Amino acid sequence: MARMKFLCDADRCIECNACVTACKNEHEVPWGINRRRVVTINDGRPGERSISMACMHCTDAPCAAVCPTACFYTTADAVVLHDKDTCIGCGYCFYACPFGAPQYPRVGNFGGRGKMDKCTYCAGGPQQDNTRVEYTQYGSNRLAEGKLPLCAEMCSTKALLAGDSEMIATIYRERVQRRGYGSGAWGWRTAYRENITT
Amino acid sequence: MKRLILAPFLVLLLALSAPAFAQNAPSPGSSRGTVNAEEMELQRMLQGGRVEGRTTIPDARSEVLIQPQGKAWRDFHNVTLAWVGGIAVGGMLLILIAFYLTRGRIMVEGGLAGRTISRFNMLERVNHWMVASSFIVLGLTGLNLTFGRYVLLPIMGPYAFADVSLWGKIAHNFVAFPFTLGIVVMVLLWVKDNIPNGRDIEWFKMGGGLIGKGHPKAGRFNGGQKMIFWITVLGGGIVAASGYFLIFPFWGEFGVADMQLAHIIQSVLSVLMVAAMIAHIYIGSVGMQGAFDAMGSGEVDLNWAKEHHPLWVEQEMAKARQVVSPTGVKPAE
Repeated sequence: MARMKFLCDADRCIECNACVTACKNEHEVPWGINRRRVVTINDGRPGERSISMACMHCTDAPCAAVCPTACFYTTADAVVLHDKDTCIGCGYCFYACPFGAPQYPRVGNFGGRGKMDKCTYCAGGPQQDNTRVEYTQYGSNRLAEGKLPLCAEMCSTKALLAGDSEMIATIYRERVQRRGYGSGAWGWRTAYRENITT
Repeated sequence: MKRLILAPFLVLLLALSAPAFAQNAPSPGSSRGTVNAEEMELQRMLQGGRVEGRTTIPDARSEVLIQPQGKAWRDFHNVTLAWVGGIAVGGMLLILIAFYLTRGRIMVEGGLAGRTISRFNMLERVNHWMVASSFIVLGLTGLNLTFGRYVLLPIMGPYAFADVSLWGKIAHNFVAFPFTLGIVVMVLLWVKDNIPNGRDIEWFKMGGGLIGKGHPKAGRFNGGQKMIFWITVLGGGIVAASGYFLIFPFWGEFGVADMQLAHIIQSVLSVLMVAAMIAHIYIGSVGMQGAFDAMGSGEVDLNWAKEHHPLWVEQEMAKARQVVSPTGVKPAE
């Protein structure tokens, strides 16, 4: 099986936020929740870069390690998913996540946290693939249909790459060699303790 | 910067990362600047600080791209807290069992007098039990968040355990309110009798009559009880304050660093309080003859009171004499 990852080529990202919008639309993500976001660092200064960031589907995922109900699991494609039926909305995964991926609907008693929601790598959840109940809880399951995550698929500059680790690393390495620069694979050091040598 | 209110130490971290930030500035002649993901992540991880930027989403929290502090919090939660909590709670249980086996139940030396003296009135007892019952709920549901995954989950299975934990979380949030109210009432009722003084030092030197021989003199509350009082009101107060901060995650512009800090303060103090309260429960029930009556009926045996709180008994007796003969005429003895 593949080792699925995201890679954002920050030298290509033009901060159009289409990945954010596509994600929200594809999964009908509720108000106040963004499974993906674009962060611009050094904004307006030399060295400005925009990075599209969502769940990085970490190796040894911190969210899974701290979850009080152990609701996380990793699929055969190395996608980190969670079971909303056993999530209690405690917020611990948000404290531990390096990338701010876990999001919570504002519900309940004091406007507290509802069940956690995050990027599923367009791979749904533990429910039966492509069923109504899976869609309601987790959004669409494109991976089960043989498609890649929509954010990367429709990226206008092909800055955001999704797919098998080896494959997207090769694409990125070739790009850097051809154009002569590249700021590296954002989050890879933190998520996978590795980087792409160019 | 508003969200840094609770974490002033972050200012220090920012100050530390400032010179390093200059290193990221482009070299002259380079139009693109030199930014390197791996370098930046490594540097923030080693020196503190976060990779932050700007987003178009109206949520300041989303501006943090990478926060390496999540790793530190994970280590705290999975390693430090588990050990501190395990040693504090488990260790206290072992100490108490060992104490019970060696010393046994502490009996009233002079035997029960059969006459009683009023120690706690109805308001004091009701308030005590409100705090006590909410503390037990809060303590058990709190311990469940740290240890339930390893203790209860394998027994109950994922769905039953998730139901219990979800209701536990809701109970934890709601029961916090009677707990806090009780703490406030406790301060109002008992603070005047719990001001530490020289006699308390004497009390601790004599091991509170628990370890050594003889009974140190004490007023209404002895050194140990005063300690329990201050653990409850100070510890409980801080735990309540940091807990309310965590209940309202969408309130204010607080970031993940503030929540991590609030959780660390809350959880460490909580497990230590659980350990202290286990000792309090022991000595107030099976550990000592006559002690439970104080919070049970409110009437304690006179000999028990004379042994543990002789100065308080004298005070009460003097008050009673005043009522009987307010003119100050000495009763024939």
